[in-house]
Amino acid sequence: MSNNEKQLHIIVGHYGSGKTNFAVNLALELQKQGNQVALADMDIVNPYFRSADFTDMLTQKGIRVVTPPFANTNLDIPSVTAEIDALLELKDTHIILDIGGDDAGAAVLGRYSQKIKDRGDYEILYVINRSRYLTQEADDTVQVLREIEMASRLKGTGLVNNTHLSEETTPEIVENSFAYADAIAQKTGLPILYTAVRRDLLPKIDAKGRELFPVDIYVKTPWQNF
Amino acid sequence: MKGNEALGEAALRAGCRHFFGYPITPQTELSAYLSKVMPKVGGTFLQAESEIAAINMVLGAASAGVRAMTSSSSPGISLKCEGISYIAGSDLPCVIVNVQRGGPGLGGIQPSQADYWQATRAPGHGDLHAIVFAPSTVQEMVDIVFRAFDKADEYRMPSMILADGMLGQMMEPVEFPEREVHKVEKPWATNGHKGERKHNIVNSLFLQPQQLEDKVKERFARYDLVKQNEVLAEEYLTEDADIVLVAYGASSRISRSAVNSAREKGIKAGLIRPITLWPFPEKNIQAACKTAKAFLTVEMSMGQMVDDVRLAVNGARPVYFYGRTGGIIPSPAEVLGQIEEISGGVK
Repeated sequence: MSNNEKQLHIIVGHYGSGKTNFAVNLALELQKQGNQVALADMDIVNPYFRSADFTDMLTQKGIRVVTPPFANTNLDIPSVTAEIDALLELKDTHIILDIGGDDAGAAVLGRYSQKIKDRGDYEILYVINRSRYLTQEADDTVQVLREIEMASRLKGTGLVNNTHLSEETTPEIVENSFAYADAIAQKTGLPILYTAVRRDLLPKIDAKGRELFPVDIYVKTPWQNF
Repeated sequence: MKGNEALGEAALRAGCRHFFGYPITPQTELSAYLSKVMPKVGGTFLQAESEIAAINMVLGAASAGVRAMTSSSSPGISLKCEGISYIAGSDLPCVIVNVQRGGPGLGGIQPSQADYWQATRAPGHGDLHAIVFAPSTVQEMVDIVFRAFDKADEYRMPSMILADGMLGQMMEPVEFPEREVHKVEKPWATNGHKGERKHNIVNSLFLQPQQLEDKVKERFARYDLVKQNEVLAEEYLTEDADIVLVAYGASSRISRSAVNSAREKGIKAGLIRPITLWPFPEKNIQAACKTAKAFLTVEMSMGQMVDDVRLAVNGARPVYFYGRTGGIIPSPAEVLGQIEEISGGVK
């Protein structure tokens, strides 16, 4: 598990690796542990499937949600709100920043990088998914991290193995990702802080001594929401 | 994979080495993806100065006989219409992808299906058609890219893939089956005569009206073959259906959910999902009239494909319409409500 002394959790990764779904789950878990939690949607590249979609659900649970002013509108403007600066001043709150995919999405962190470094109590969680095209090999996945680090002017501090294949995820897909995650950990020197697994699959997985982080699926298509 | 990326990867695997585009939400990942991978396979990725430039580069590349593609979203497709007409008028094959967003005008960036009329009626000026494909899953987008290139080559006409923002942005598991790239002889291509043959001319200008009429008629004879041979549709629970929904793309996924719920409630609903929009699967609609008491067309528009459903039904059954527009996706519950209302009326 992640070090809870860190209060600022920054979620980065390849497009579609599952950052938003992990961010929402992490927010709910931290809140369940009795913390004040805030989640900021800082995705400036993806028009749909973003944390802002869950504003109502999270707000009802007492989680503060900060979204770009134009998220889910018809205005295609990559903007962040000044509220992010206010958020980064908070000391008694777990802050989760859900960042857009790849280096293009991570560029938004650049302007905050000094502030984040000055705070000190942060972690950059790199979400990886072995089922995701273009990050199926450890070397390619490390390359994407390097691009993200360059764009964000921040170094990764931990890995989130979020390997899944949507509804077709099997225990084997998860188990077969362990060696992949280990290889990335070795190449980068970063610890694997979370191995995220869909809650219903937990009992079927041979965790091989790993602690699994159960996640529920929030990011869905319109026809899955009846 | 994300739908847009899958379209790009499939194009590569279908032998496309020439892509010309201009970024626009919600389609941009397609060009972004190809900008990364095209150079690795020695292909040409070019971000043009505008959509109009991009489609004319497609015209040039297609003239030389290579597989060429461009992609955009609704407002960008309007800009390409002139080039599409020239491509059709020059009997050139190519693939054009439209990841539809809300319109008219600049409209919005959320998913839409309001370009059906444009795609099927007038993708450019003049007497012309494009073969229009309407995938509904990321996997089907991949399969259709191969087919779109093959059919464009076979009939020497543009293929259009009419997707929508939802399909372009969503993630689904996808497989890339090993497929042979169909090599079609293109003796008409302007790829250098090397002193061994007469030079080829690719052109859409005909000085004599009679010449132009002959050319257009010859083209329409080919369109007839397309209508006979290339219609694709999927039927779901239509055999005994009282109410037959007709929907394509993302709307068909919503409709399928609604059909399943209706069946659970004892309402015999079914779904016809056109996979080609031009040519339109009118025979499937007509065959469904045997059991159907009513049709319900569901679209992310104010009602466009419903025209083709009405033409096919030809007054034999009532045809209802339900749609949302402006970037709003109808919910399965809304569609179910429509089915229940109609079913109350037809019992």
